[in-house]
Amino acid sequence: MLSKDIRNHFPILDQEINGHPLVYLDSAATSQKPIQVIEALDRYYRFDNANVHRGVHTLGNRATDGYEGAREKVRKFINAKSTQEVIFMRGTTTAINTVAQSYGRANVSEGDEIVITHMEHHSNIIPWQQLAKETGAVLKYIDLEEDGTLSLDKVRETITDKTKIVSIMYVSNVLGTMNPIEEITKIAHEHGAVMCVDAAQAAPHMRIDVQNLNCDFLAFSGHKMCGPTGIGVLYGKKDLLNNMEPIEFGGEMIDFVGLHDSTWKELPWKFEGGTPIIAGAIGLGAAIDFLEEIGLDAIEQHEHELAGYAMDKMSEIDGLTIYGPRDPEKRAGLVTFNLDDVHPHDVATVLDMSGIAVRAGHHCAQPLMKWLQVSSTARASFYLYNTTDDVDRLVEGLRSTKEYFSDVY
Amino acid sequence: MSTNKLDQLYRSVIMEHYKHPKNKGVLENGNVTVDMNNPTCGDVIRITMNVEDDIVKEVMFEGEGCSISMASASMMTQMIKGKTTEHALQLAHTFSDMMLGKDLDESIDLDDLEALSGVAQFPARIKCATLSWKAMEKGVSGESQ
Repeated sequence: MLSKDIRNHFPILDQEINGHPLVYLDSAATSQKPIQVIEALDRYYRFDNANVHRGVHTLGNRATDGYEGAREKVRKFINAKSTQEVIFMRGTTTAINTVAQSYGRANVSEGDEIVITHMEHHSNIIPWQQLAKETGAVLKYIDLEEDGTLSLDKVRETITDKTKIVSIMYVSNVLGTMNPIEEITKIAHEHGAVMCVDAAQAAPHMRIDVQNLNCDFLAFSGHKMCGPTGIGVLYGKKDLLNNMEPIEFGGEMIDFVGLHDSTWKELPWKFEGGTPIIAGAIGLGAAIDFLEEIGLDAIEQHEHELAGYAMDKMSEIDGLTIYGPRDPEKRAGLVTFNLDDVHPHDVATVLDMSGIAVRAGHHCAQPLMKWLQVSSTARASFYLYNTTDDVDRLVEGLRSTKEYFSDVY
Repeated sequence: MSTNKLDQLYRSVIMEHYKHPKNKGVLENGNVTVDMNNPTCGDVIRITMNVEDDIVKEVMFEGEGCSISMASASMMTQMIKGKTTEHALQLAHTFSDMMLGKDLDESIDLDDLEALSGVAQFPARIKCATLSWKAMEKGVSGESQ
């Protein structure tokens, strides 16, 4: 396990909620920010703020260096071949929409197939639904195994020579399942399809190597990995991106502008229309520095151990159901659950009264809720700043929740 | 745990309605049906009513949701059944004011509904309480037009 001192880097955690020290267990929704990130944003706005790629002046150069420096940090972080393959965007949602609208519209036509799974987040469902409606393509879902994992046999059954795009989440935000992206990518490629990866729940928690995965596109958000909101990344293979049209047009992304025609800048800037998310990128760079210093492997190990500890302790509570794979080594650091007879909203409200923040609802995965045959669930998600003490507080809180509701009934 | 504040939310009347809801089900021969959901949490509700001569003759609810949303729906059906549509809409308005923590018109008898006043202190839960009322409002005002 990581040192408990890590939480000292996160000023927000040092407060009381409803008279109790805060236990933040909603990092899968958004993570808290270390002081290093907060200070990087502060420093940028205090000393370096200017627009990028245009200034002859000193501040313009500093801002450009900061912004492009962050791109190099991201490149290393995911082991992309070149910074041309790293595009800054608002977040995972925008990145997946860009793939759907740019690559999708140009390469998918009537009768083609787009393949996703039943566990996807809405951000990796709706862009494809829309593309399928526009083009007349068929949207296919890979069914899940009973424990909420994917079997490669079913992947093979679903992907065919008609499949043009396969888009799958790396780690499930509800089940915690870690999907075999490398193997699925191989299968997609055998059929001539491109592989797009929603890595929103993976990038914060484990080492990602896009060359090793050999995926064609990969998207993630900064705010789930200690960075600011409003910044995310679309990785794409250079030869694919080079042949794709931008979907946003305007300043910053152009080369020559004529009255009736214009040309685009080269990669990655042709996809970054408008003044870019400069402070956000710099904040994300600082977050990557912070995570790399601790080590992604150590973070992943810490979360496996915490999830294992939490599942053991939570299983001891009568009437508590845990969703997703049971083996902690096969799942990420989150536990989605329901308490018999108590609606998850009521669970979350009672826990909040004890200073414990969990998520309740459908987690932006309505088709998965249908698959699980529940209308909503509660979720505790862990990150590097969480400790076994936090899990103990959660378990204690769940026991009092149960008690409270058995009293009021 | 801050039990006192929680007790303000989960009053026994509410839990009673949650465990033993009134008018639960779907009206076979209703002339008004409204489906509504709360997209942020997954709560869903269906209100079926029989509205004749500007009177809510019968009303039932069916749905899935937390204690607050289901109890509120149960109370709502109990309070508007047999009332004029005008009265039902007035109640909806008063209830909305109560959720916003506004001063209430004291001439209106809130009965069990008063138990939900604690919800105003839990901003995240206000939408749970108002879901069924919004659905009823939609159905009744559509019918009375």
